[in-house]
Amino acid sequence: MAVVSMLSPKPSTAADTVPVQISMRGVRKYFGNSGFVAVDGIDLDIPQGQFFVIVGPSGCGKTTLLRMLAGLESISEGTMKVNRTDPSRPENSMVFQGDSLFPWMTVYDNAAYGLRMRGVPEKDVSESVKLWLERIGLYRFRDRYPNQLSGGMRQRVSIVRAFANDPEILLMDEPFSALDEQNKMMLHEELLRIWEATKKTVVFITHSVDEAVTLGDRIMIMTANPGREKAILDVPFARPRNVIELRHEAAYGELVFHIWEQLREEVQRARMNAEGGK
Amino acid sequence: MAQKKVFRFGDRFIGFLTPLVLLGLWEAAARLGLIDARFFPPPSSIVHTFGALIASGELWTNLVASLRRLMLGMLVGGVPALFLGLAMGISKPLRAAIDPLISATYPIPKSAILPLVLLIFGLGEMSKVVMVALGAFYPILINTVMGVANIDKIYLDVGHNFRASRWQVFRTIALPGALPSIMAGVKLAMGMGLILIAISEMVAASDGIGYMIWNAWQVLTVDTMYVGLLVIALLGFMFSTILDEIERLLIPWKARA
Repeated sequence: MAVVSMLSPKPSTAADTVPVQISMRGVRKYFGNSGFVAVDGIDLDIPQGQFFVIVGPSGCGKTTLLRMLAGLESISEGTMKVNRTDPSRPENSMVFQGDSLFPWMTVYDNAAYGLRMRGVPEKDVSESVKLWLERIGLYRFRDRYPNQLSGGMRQRVSIVRAFANDPEILLMDEPFSALDEQNKMMLHEELLRIWEATKKTVVFITHSVDEAVTLGDRIMIMTANPGREKAILDVPFARPRNVIELRHEAAYGELVFHIWEQLREEVQRARMNAEGGK
Repeated sequence: MAQKKVFRFGDRFIGFLTPLVLLGLWEAAARLGLIDARFFPPPSSIVHTFGALIASGELWTNLVASLRRLMLGMLVGGVPALFLGLAMGISKPLRAAIDPLISATYPIPKSAILPLVLLIFGLGEMSKVVMVALGAFYPILINTVMGVANIDKIYLDVGHNFRASRWQVFRTIALPGALPSIMAGVKLAMGMGLILIAISEMVAASDGIGYMIWNAWQVLTVDTMYVGLLVIALLGFMFSTILDEIERLLIPWKARA
């Protein structure tokens, strides 16, 4: 496999044929009076149906970028445009980092949340929620409360909550960072399985290089403080992917190594900044 | 699950046992003359008086009078406190406007306001209801504000991301999220209500448990005094059991942990 040519920076070829879904131009974010720049001039086109991963050291502004896309944070400068294909569906739904399920709602009610908030008739809600909970193997736990579930099960429910809402784009903010390796692997497999059934555009944030390579079609590496684009890489693996066998391929190791090389500098710089700031 | 229930039953059993043992000691001490039976009549004689007061209907009349005032007062004070608290929890400007007022008036002992309340509302039922209402208002208000204001920000983010309207955020996030804190406030309010109903009935009433105790002091029927105290204690226990049960129903996600 011609890995080296895959790794050389080049504009994405996928973007030429498939319509662009998310388009960012000169996006900046600074906070209040401190003048702290979290995100500094991001230009990005993400085509429809792409699994786009952003990887970077902690504090590089990747979460801020995602929150701007989710409408939870204002944009200081620049534009973010989402091209809608179906205005009747919600633009985006987010899977949050950590525990974001409502403790006072059952698995079922949590999964139904998005649909109910936009006034979908209860008959359709129950159909969709049942389908998604079955797909991820949690339908029989539908009457449980989050505190009666394991961490992995809770994160599955939060993924279902986002998928069941049927948005045009899915935003995921380090959804698996709190899980152990084995749980993570299983969830990667499940996420890919249900994603491949819908082919929604995904923007996925992570600090794990393995996770980025396992899941993504394209990966953006971000620099730390201020958050800028360092490189964009295509991931050459075909779909559907086998999460475990993937690791067997020579290109996998090479890609992981290549990304780490670029990240190492950034991680060190982020650390020095953090220590210098003290 | 079964094991847990057995354990809970065991806890309750021990809870009943402790006062029984103490009562036994008291009875023995009073009979043996170790304590002055004029001030500390043996429990058996208190129970006897208890029976007599029930038979004459006197206890019942006083109990109903107190319970009515207590319930009315809880409603009159608690319902506005709940709504104001929710509004203050959601709206920062409103909180900023009203907080100083609350902080300034909260530390005033409610019993110290009794003369003023009597002056304004007279000796009728209203003054007693107002006293209980005052006592219930503060804990419910303060706990409701805290409950809403301390909801984890991530839940509000979820609400916004899923495009919940203001009313939906209130109904699906703010209210259920604050419920545990609100319930704690209601329990505090109930305790406060019991204290205040006893005090105000002692000063300005012609029936009620508080009146019964005060009257017993005036005519020196010490047994009746103890019966009054016992009834108040039983009421407190009953209310806290009922409120625990209500909490279990309203907040199932806490109970089943």
